[in-house]
Amino acid sequence: MEIKNIVVSFPHPDDESFGTAGLIYESNQKNIPVTYLCGTLGEMGRNMGIPPIANRESLADIRKKELKDACEHLGIDYQLLGYRDKAMEFENKTQMAEHIKSILEEIKPSHVVTHYPGHGVHPDHNAQGAATIEAVRLMEPDKRPVVWAAAISHNYIEELGNPDVVIDAEKNFEFKMDAIMQHKSQAEGMLEKMEEPSEDIMIKELKERLGKEEFYIWHFNE
Amino acid sequence: MKPIELEKVKDILKSYQNKDVYVHVETTNGAYASHFGNKGVNVGAYIRNAKVKYIESDLKGESGAFRAGLKLEAGWIYAEGLSDYEVTESNQLLLAGHDQAGRLTVALQISEQPFK
Repeated sequence: MEIKNIVVSFPHPDDESFGTAGLIYESNQKNIPVTYLCGTLGEMGRNMGIPPIANRESLADIRKKELKDACEHLGIDYQLLGYRDKAMEFENKTQMAEHIKSILEEIKPSHVVTHYPGHGVHPDHNAQGAATIEAVRLMEPDKRPVVWAAAISHNYIEELGNPDVVIDAEKNFEFKMDAIMQHKSQAEGMLEKMEEPSEDIMIKELKERLGKEEFYIWHFNE
Repeated sequence: MKPIELEKVKDILKSYQNKDVYVHVETTNGAYASHFGNKGVNVGAYIRNAKVKYIESDLKGESGAFRAGLKLEAGWIYAEGLSDYEVTESNQLLLAGHDQAGRLTVALQISEQPFK
């Protein structure tokens, strides 16, 4: 199906940049609008910046601002769903699906990107992925957008086979890294952890980790 | 946040004694501990806005690794590895520990109003 507009449904400020900045770059080139549905504010994250620029109570507002800046850089709209970081899997899944469905019915995307339940690594990823897929399932079959599910577990290829859609984010890697770096409180922790001996090696390593954005087309079995 | 000053923070803890307060207690090794670097199982717990009244409080240990204990009428609240503190504009006491990369490892926070 032709891509007309895309909704990205992930739980944390920065998931959109890590997971879909390459896809967003290509969509911008084709004037395809993208909206990010951000589940939480990532307010329970443990990265506070290096040196720390946040504490547990200020992190929510700091990440909200980082999200705004990142979405401006990416050139996309975003909506906050208002769930609590780390607690999404304990919410009523049907209610969450209805909530997401009501937003999808307003935006009417042709494509929805979310995490592949069971392959999202973070429990919030799995929970929002499952709720988003359920939201689409609850729609009339002929009104359903196409769902692209992102799997990031260690064993996803083994279990799911090769992905259906592969975006080469390496081509526009600066755009992606600039988006990630808008999330200052979080990105520095990631870069610090890598401890690579030189910038060149670090960029090579980053390209290996973040250079491909892969998705599986979700099939609904009626 | 800034490094814990023992006597000062002890006094702040005492100032909440025998009052109804809201606490946030947390510890974590990160949501990706088992995904990156094989650091075993993800471990974490948090309780947010538990309403308690404590009757005794103290802070022990040394710079970079303090322990706080709050004695309740029927139990205890305990946290260790606390290194930093801050009193926010809304008069909340935040105590936290961080690892070498500045990541939060433990938190104990007290407020007379619920945390947001």
